[in-house]
This record gives sequence, structure tokens and C-alpha cells, in this order.
Amino acid sequence: MSDYDLIVLGAGPAGATAAIKARSLGLRVAVFDEASAAGGQVYRAPSPARTTTQPEADQRKGDALRAKLATSGAVLYANHRVWSLTSGFSVIAIGPDGPLTLEAPNLIVAAGAVERHIPVTGWTLPGVIGLAGATILLKAHGVLPGRRVVVAGSGPLLLLVASKIIAAGGEVAAVVDAAPRAGWLAGAGAMLARPDLMAKGAGWLLTLLKARVPIHSGAAIRRVDGTDGVETVTIGPVDRNWRPVDGTEPTIAADAVCLGFGLLPSTEVTRLLGAEHRYEPELGGWVPAVDAALQTSVPGLFVAGDGAGVRGADTAPLSGELAALGVARRLGHAGDLASQAATIAADWRRSGRFGAAMSGLAMPPPGAAAMIDAGATVCRCEGLSRATLDSAIAAGARTLADLKATTRCGMGPCGGRVCGEAAAMLIAAATGWDRQTIGQPSARPPLRPVPLAAIAAAFDYDELPIPAPAPL
Amino acid sequence: MDGDLRIGSAWTRKVSFRFDGEMLTASEGETLAAALYAQGRRTLRTSRDDDGPRGAFCFMGVCQECVVSIDGRLTEACRTPVHEGLVVESVR
Repeated sequence: MSDYDLIVLGAGPAGATAAIKARSLGLRVAVFDEASAAGGQVYRAPSPARTTTQPEADQRKGDALRAKLATSGAVLYANHRVWSLTSGFSVIAIGPDGPLTLEAPNLIVAAGAVERHIPVTGWTLPGVIGLAGATILLKAHGVLPGRRVVVAGSGPLLLLVASKIIAAGGEVAAVVDAAPRAGWLAGAGAMLARPDLMAKGAGWLLTLLKARVPIHSGAAIRRVDGTDGVETVTIGPVDRNWRPVDGTEPTIAADAVCLGFGLLPSTEVTRLLGAEHRYEPELGGWVPAVDAALQTSVPGLFVAGDGAGVRGADTAPLSGELAALGVARRLGHAGDLASQAATIAADWRRSGRFGAAMSGLAMPPPGAAAMIDAGATVCRCEGLSRATLDSAIAAGARTLADLKATTRCGMGPCGGRVCGEAAAMLIAAATGWDRQTIGQPSARPPLRPVPLAAIAAAFDYDELPIPAPAPL
Repeated sequence: MDGDLRIGSAWTRKVSFRFDGEMLTASEGETLAAALYAQGRRTLRTSRDDDGPRGAFCFMGVCQECVVSIDGRLTEACRTPVHEGLVVESVR
């Protein structure tokens, strides 16, 4: 007999809501998360070092979610890293007390998203951090990214991070948005469907305008310079296809850069388990192919939240409920769940349009590969420049696996989660193929770095079985 | 970069820890990556590839740029809470 009816991977808004819903339907549920508390990245629990008395809206939402999960009866394995899985399903994790393997016939993967990065010369300097990382520093840790910060890349996180820096007393030297100003207007139709979120965005923009922050649309960072950290940032214009074009290239004094180009669904678990995927640019790229209940092509394997396609935190709980209902129905739950699921599915589709429009706004067009200089480090772990990857591509590398085999790109400790998308962009740029044709990297355990000592049992050399030598 | 980047709010009690021999303070429970970054100790290691300085980048356990050595074990500074007497060494 399995340990649980359902294991949920990820305790963000999608995963936690899925677990709560499944518990309410009587299922035995376990939830895994890498962080020390539920909430995911968006509702990440504040650092225990801070004793803030006036929590912000996101923190209140997170606190409510954490409280609900805690009383739901679902078992939360916090601080646990899932580093491998086998079909059927076994979830293989490492936690503070050592290794842990649990089994369940159903799995909801609510692994969220990682940030998409387009490398730029100097982005390895200390003080250049991800936009998503900046939100964690600001919201969970109460730390400014710098005194004078350039916020660059694409998508809604630009405005969020810049306005949070100002609200916290920092200075934003510039917002540098690769998308043309018209891009935001194109997304306005979907935004009108969510006046609440539109007001939120307008509030961020107002904060920037009040602080007289220069906003450069249709522009990108050319290079970041400094000795021990960020000192100057040079920016320049890009065309509608995000290709650098001639124009003024001002150099801005700054001590930090927050950089990111939207979010990529985290699909390593569904890839590892052999689910089918399809390419959906407006959802952030490769997403698992799912049915109406969010079940993948692998029976019992469900997805929810941004990992199923980037639609944002407000939509994520609906997908969690939908997946939980799907699991309950698969287990033959007696209640009338079909009509409930249909109602939630309709809400989920409506709500998701806004998030998908935002996600699409952040998505780099094919020309964006031209933003990467020949000398820029693409694979940070292995120290590989664009020029190195381009020569491998010129010599015939056509997939991420080819690049890995010939250059070690993506073979470092990050597992290609930082550089993979940029590497795929380079192959696309060199071959003229679209991103879809290049495919996805294969997922292999360990999905996360795991200390060997933590998973190998203690042994004595004397106890090792030594086979008898072969006869000469 | 000068000064402390922590946003003025209430913090738990201060604890001391060592980073490459230097005595620093942090608020108990703060992650090592946030504590070092906030105090301007942004370089956590030197790259094996170009000898350039490297520091925390993603703050969420993905990029592995903030890896340090604690008791001889490699660990991400962004997933390590600081406690009194923690001894941290940078790696290459």
C-alpha cells in the first residue's frame, strides 16, 4: 500500500491549494517543498530574522495559505529537496534528517517557474542579481539590492522590483525594458479583464513616475562593468525584435543590477517521468501537454501553477483545485466532482488570460539572441562564452544535449537551469530554426545537487564485497 | 558599496559568524546570502574559469553561485540560516 493517495511537489499557491483541496476530499496527502515554509516564491515566508509588525498584502496572503495548509491534515515536508523520481510514483528526497522516499499513485507537480536569462557582458559580477531574486531579497529578507540600482530585462517584474526598491528607500537609476512601449498596449485587452491587477501595475508605475525614474523602453543593457562588483551599466536601444541597433549608449553609475526576462515553467519532473510536452510561447515556452483535469500524458501525473504554463499567482490556486479534483476523480471519489471541476476550469481559463498576457510580454522574440556579445559568459557554472558555444554550433551542435557533450554547457551544478534557454536561443539564431525545433534538455537525476555523504549509507571498507579475481 | 542594505525594520537578536576569518554579525535566522550581501560582502568566491569575483545571483537555490563551505561541506548560502558561531569559508 502506498504511503499516500497523493504527493504534491511544491507548496506555493498552486501546490498548497491542491493539497488543501485534496485533503478536504478525504485524500491522504503529502507535500514537498525546498523552502523552510510553504508559500512558494511569491508568498515566501518572511525571514525569521525580521519581526515586522505590519505585513504587506502578499505576506498576509501567504500567512493565510500557510495557516490553512497547516490545519488541513496534509503532511508538509519542508526543507526537502526532491532529487529523483520513478514512475508509479516514488519521490526521492533529501531533508534535514536525511534521505526520504515516499510513494503515491498520484502526483501533482506544482514546481513553479525559474527566471529566463539573456546573458550580457559583465552579468557575472557580484551585484548583478535576478529580478526574481531581487523580489526575494526585498520581500522575504528586507534587503535592498543596492543603493542605486538598474532594473533591466522584460515583463511585469521590472515594475514590481523597481517600485519596491523605491518604497524601501533605494534609488532606481533606470528601468531598461527590451519590449517596445507599444508591447504593453498590445497586452491591454487581457489586462482590462482584471482591473484589480491592472490597478496594481498602475500603482507600481505611479511610484516610478513620482520618483522620476527614467524608463527606457526598447532598450537593453550592453555591458556591466566594475572591479569587485557593479560600478557602471551601459545601455542602448534595441529594435522590435530586440536586436541591438545604433543609437546613444549612455553609461549609468549604479551599484547593482536586477536582470530577468520573464519566467520559464519548471518541467524537469514531468520530463524525467516521460510526459509529453508542447511549446506554448505565451505560457513561457515548453509546458506539459494536459487534459481538462490537468493530467499529463502519464496517468496519475498532474500539474498545476506556473509549472503548467506561466499564468501567475492569482490563477495558480484554481489550477491546484482543478488538479486535486482530477486526482480525486481518478481515485473514484463518490461525490459529484465533474460539475465542480467544470466551474473551476472556466474560472481558471478566464483568470489565466491576464497572466499569460504578462508572460507573453516578457517573452524574447528570436532576434534577442543578438543581445548576447561574443565574449559574454553564457554558462556561468562552466565559464563558457557565447563565442565558445557558437563554435560548437558551427561545428554541428543542434540540440542542448549536443552542446552539453561538446562544451559542458549546462553540465555544472545549476543543471542548465540558468543557461539552458539562452543556449537554445543561440542554436536557433545560428540555424534559423524556431525555438520549438530545438527541443528541451533531457532531465536526469539528481535534479538538484545532493551531497553524496547524505544519501550513501555509512560503511567500512572491510565490509565491501570484493569479487574473486578472474582466473588467469 | 557602503553601508548596510537592510531595510529599517525590527530584527531579531544579533549573532556573530565568521566569513573567511572575518568576524561579522547577522540577525539570528537570516540567510547567510542575505546577511553577507546586506553588509557589502558580495563576493563569495573566485571563478575557476576567469578568476573573476562571483556572488549570489538567484537567491532561491537554483544557480549555485553562492556556494560556500561550512564544516567542509559545500552548501548554498541562500539556503543556510545564520546561527551564533557559524564558520564559513569561500570556495573556488
